[in-house]
Amino acid sequence: MISFRINDKTIQFKDDPATPLLWVLRDHFQLTGTKFGCGIGECGACTVHINGKAQSSCITPVSSVSGKSIVTIEGLAPGENQLHPVQQAWLDEDVPQCGYCQSGQIMATVDFLRRHPQPSDKDIDDNMTNLCRCGTYVRIRKAIHRAARLSRDA
Amino acid sequence: MSETHQASLQPNPAQGDSQTVDYSRRRFLVVGATVSGGLLLGLPAIALPNRGNASPDDRQIGFFINILANGEVIIGNNQPELGQGLRTTLAMLVAEELDVDWGKVRIESMPLGLLKTAEGYTWKYGGQGVGGSTGLTSNWTFMREVGASGRLLLIQAAAQLWNVPLEQCTTTPGSVICEKAGKKAHYGELVLLASRLSVPQSTAPLKSMDDFRIIGKPHNNKEVIDIITGKARYGIDTSMPNMRFAVIARSPVLNGRVASIDDSAARKLKGVLDVFHIEGPEPDAPYHILAHGVAVVATSTWAAIQGRNALKVKWQESPSRNDSSEKFWQQNQEMLAGTGQIVHDQGDFKAALGVATKVIQHRYELPFVSHAPLEPQNCYAWVQKDRAHIIAPTQMPSGASRAAAAATGLEREHIRVEMSRVGGGFGRRLNNDYVAEACIISKRTGWPIKLQWTREDDMTNDFYRPGGTHEVIAGLDEKGLPTAWSQRLASGSKYYRRPNMQNENLWEAELYPDDFPKAMIKNFRLEYFHNTIGLPRGSWRAPAHTANAFVVQSFLDEIAHATGQDPLALRLELLGRVEQQPYGNHGGPTMTPGRLSRLLKFVADRIDYGADQAPGRGVGIAGHFTFGGYAAHAIEVSVNRAGSLKIERIVAAIDCGFAANPNAVAAQLQGATIDGLSTALNLEITVREGRVVQQNFDDYPLMQIARVPSRFEAHVLNYDDTPTGVGEIGLPSSAPALTNAIYNASGVRIRRLPITDQLKKAMAT
Repeated sequence: MISFRINDKTIQFKDDPATPLLWVLRDHFQLTGTKFGCGIGECGACTVHINGKAQSSCITPVSSVSGKSIVTIEGLAPGENQLHPVQQAWLDEDVPQCGYCQSGQIMATVDFLRRHPQPSDKDIDDNMTNLCRCGTYVRIRKAIHRAARLSRDA
Repeated sequence: MSETHQASLQPNPAQGDSQTVDYSRRRFLVVGATVSGGLLLGLPAIALPNRGNASPDDRQIGFFINILANGEVIIGNNQPELGQGLRTTLAMLVAEELDVDWGKVRIESMPLGLLKTAEGYTWKYGGQGVGGSTGLTSNWTFMREVGASGRLLLIQAAAQLWNVPLEQCTTTPGSVICEKAGKKAHYGELVLLASRLSVPQSTAPLKSMDDFRIIGKPHNNKEVIDIITGKARYGIDTSMPNMRFAVIARSPVLNGRVASIDDSAARKLKGVLDVFHIEGPEPDAPYHILAHGVAVVATSTWAAIQGRNALKVKWQESPSRNDSSEKFWQQNQEMLAGTGQIVHDQGDFKAALGVATKVIQHRYELPFVSHAPLEPQNCYAWVQKDRAHIIAPTQMPSGASRAAAAATGLEREHIRVEMSRVGGGFGRRLNNDYVAEACIISKRTGWPIKLQWTREDDMTNDFYRPGGTHEVIAGLDEKGLPTAWSQRLASGSKYYRRPNMQNENLWEAELYPDDFPKAMIKNFRLEYFHNTIGLPRGSWRAPAHTANAFVVQSFLDEIAHATGQDPLALRLELLGRVEQQPYGNHGGPTMTPGRLSRLLKFVADRIDYGADQAPGRGVGIAGHFTFGGYAAHAIEVSVNRAGSLKIERIVAAIDCGFAANPNAVAAQLQGATIDGLSTALNLEITVREGRVVQQNFDDYPLMQIARVPSRFEAHVLNYDDTPTGVGEIGLPSSAPALTNAIYNASGVRIRRLPITDQLKKAMAT
């Protein structure tokens, strides 16, 4: 049995320990905001925070998160009817088209902004590798800058 | 699945709804009350004929408008949403005419609505399905009429309540007022009364465009809040009681069929419930589903995938086993040395070429590409004895219904099709092959199942955009203007293996004769050669326009450079020759070249076209008419001595007639531009020994944010009062604008896509 925390709740997982965290979240705990895109850690749609660090849950065996703390898109906001500044920026800039990649983009951005609180365009170019098939990159870039401002002003 | 069933499926549901009679949609509008006393405008179950025979699932209430007593307005959406923002834009149309506060509007998804009549199936909630950039245009009048009918009902209710003539009443957002009687009532106060009235017999008058408060103004997408909090439900997110999870093992070689299965190891795995063979189409037979494979059903997605990994499947020798891209491109070149099918011939091309001052001739190659929507194919299906329930991410719910009917043998009125949000379409989900597969598996097992494709399934079992080799020959007069023009194309037609398709019509998917510059050039010829390869084909965003715009817009620059003309001036000269031309292909009936000229001049102006460029810098332009809309791009790039390319600046402009939601149009223009550039830079599907080489995003590298410049302008220029499509229009001209810019920056002409390392190689020599 593997015990870990998801969005501040302690949970136990008794099935195959090789199961990628992605499918544990989705199939076993109905946390479907974390998306399956590639299964090889290439697209970033499955990005979650493991002990605060953005990681691809599709290539993370659940056994490796034992005792760790996971945050998914569902647990990102500070409270009920509240948004994280990055979510707020995404809303304000009207970023999503199909929207499928966006929870991963947001989770990646939160971690990125912790490391680069006032990012330049080059910082974004050098660090943001999540794929968006709809090509919302123009608005993602704007939203990242906006989120940085919102976080700074908060 | 039997052959008979397959034959009854429509091959391309995008065009396959001719069987449904287009009844006047308004005639089906019915008014009613909700249990809680709200006003419902739509089609309640009581209006269904033969409801005695209908399964309980058929008796759903579909509504367009539901006004709650508290004044909240829920607008039903009948169309698939794949990122084009259609749900928001259509709700804007209803809200405008209904006259409500946009802030009080909520959107809910309606299922597929089909009615069985003596003449066949007809739409219950109006035509449903998105393809060919028609989502808005085909609902533009209908949705406003729905809103106007709702408003009229509320006015009638108020007039009755106050005992005043109808004409003395009007509305302000969310209220009916009668100034003369000094009365005002919120919609919520009127809904109960209005729900007892009958739908106005005559069409309620529509607002004049000058009075629009909501339409034509930029609005954010209503559904973003669900997306950014992880609440939006895509097909892949479907979870139902007792649901099992399924995957399919598919042949690694195109058109491979199962020879034998050893499932002993797979069946021993924890969670694996069943393993069985699925019959697919014969190689070369018309197809609708691709899978000829082995289904694995399990208690979770991961267990199903593990079960599939443990299978030992022997595949028969496939007729496609020796197919390769290399061979395909070689054959194209050989074909172009001969004579093909002349599919259009005006004037006397040969004679005009013979007297031309100068002849220019080049070949261009466009690769096969994959749709690669980020949400891999999936479908929930529960097939029972007398009914089926489908939840699918689809562009064509009616096609899903047909696929399900063919796979189950059930009548379509007993198949409930719900549309989830769609994680990207790009034309891939015009095909409902995954719906048929899910139904086959559920029928066989009796369980509610969710079929899940992996990324590798998706990339190697797509309906690919056809690849082709184009040769363009132009005869120029002494001024360098073309007097003769021929485009010769050897390609794998999209119509390959389409049922009831004659070979002589295969070209129709690849060449659109009325495209620019046919009307501007007296002696004009199109010639087609069909080449074969085992790859399935389908519609990829802006289908053949992606290839033809690249070819024509590249070639125009080549003419200009070979004759010392300015590429923009050459375009304006040609476009200026015709004021309006008939356009017989999709997007007609006419094309107005001046609208393209306007955009070209606009983007050129914005990017400071013609200004002196530093060495290694260049600006390129291109424009194209696609499906009724016009777009142009100006792109500035830098290329260093090592051939390293940087896109410095993009100016894009679209003329979609009238932009109902300029914010959504700008988003589509940004996205389509990037789609075009991403594909031009690095994307290609190749075949080796009958296998698709690319498996996942590591070898099919979509563009990342780093290559998208922060200097990116997307301009929406209205032209008149008539909205045209938007989703595909911004794509075709982006790639040639890029390669034209590359030429201007480096002197290297890119004639083959994708660009990949061509530039680096050319600069090294």
